[in-house]
Amino acid sequence: MTRKPPEPVEVVKSRREAALARLVAGVPYIGFLGARFDRRGDELTAVLPFHPSLIGNPAIPALHGGATAAFLEVAAIIELAWSNLWQDMEEGRIDPSAETFPALPKTITFTVDYLRSGLPRDAYARATVTRSGRRFATVQVEAWQDNRAKPFAQATAHFLMPEV
Amino acid sequence: MPPCARALTGENDGKEIQMSQRLIQARDVMQSLPHAQSLGMIVAEMAEGSATITMPYDPRLIGDPATGVLHGGAISALMDTASGAAVMCHPSAPAATATLDLRIDYMRPATPGQAITAHAICHHVTRTVAFVRVTATDADESRPVAMGTGTFTLERPLP
Repeated sequence: MTRKPPEPVEVVKSRREAALARLVAGVPYIGFLGARFDRRGDELTAVLPFHPSLIGNPAIPALHGGATAAFLEVAAIIELAWSNLWQDMEEGRIDPSAETFPALPKTITFTVDYLRSGLPRDAYARATVTRSGRRFATVQVEAWQDNRAKPFAQATAHFLMPEV
Repeated sequence: MPPCARALTGENDGKEIQMSQRLIQARDVMQSLPHAQSLGMIVAEMAEGSATITMPYDPRLIGDPATGVLHGGAISALMDTASGAAVMCHPSAPAATATLDLRIDYMRPATPGQAITAHAICHHVTRTVAFVRVTATDADESRPVAMGTGTFTLERPLP
């Protein structure tokens, strides 16, 4: 018996990039914030490039708490949707160019802790799905700027999963 | 007529004018926040320890294009801003504030096409911390879209 040859790396990469791009493009608000997602394998890092319109307190100046919360929420929801569609995507059951795409989870509760003020520079966030069930999922997310070990905000969110 | 006209009505004695000017200042501060401006927020009312801020419906803020429902993040930003505004116009006259934490429960999707209004009440302050409750509604004010609880830092004015 011969083993199936591994897929060419370009095929794998373009499939994953297309699915991620489709997922992110499906949320207009991500474009409004100016956030994007970097991918290493299945690991996502949300990136929020600094823009003056994200400032809340011009005196310090510091990022608006609402912009930070929105960034964390976007990072959490995309991580959850991404980890949820990974298997289907890898097995070719998802077509990023199709009219319909899996629905996004809905936020039930969102709790954000502000640990230090957000500086006027790029921010990054990584989310972890701590529990993913049929109906509910829980995601933790942490955002940092210059130092990975010094997060400036963290959040926990509970989501309602879309009905299959 | 200024948007916070309701907060400005009352007896025209010296104390009232002083209070009004403080509220006008707080309103101008809130209205000048770049991120609040970019989301189109309008201060509807500021009174002692409470604030009402409206955010018009905007297709750029959609979370789910299939339904046109606004993204939770935009509503979080509105509720955070209203909460901060409520702290800033608390009678203790804080010099500055910042969010410590904010928990938001999303009870139902906001109706597409309708503005969202957040009403926040700063119901208690200590020397260093302010406690806030905030509710977000669309046109149907009897069924809130989201409710939140937050704590904020409180910076006292220099003596």
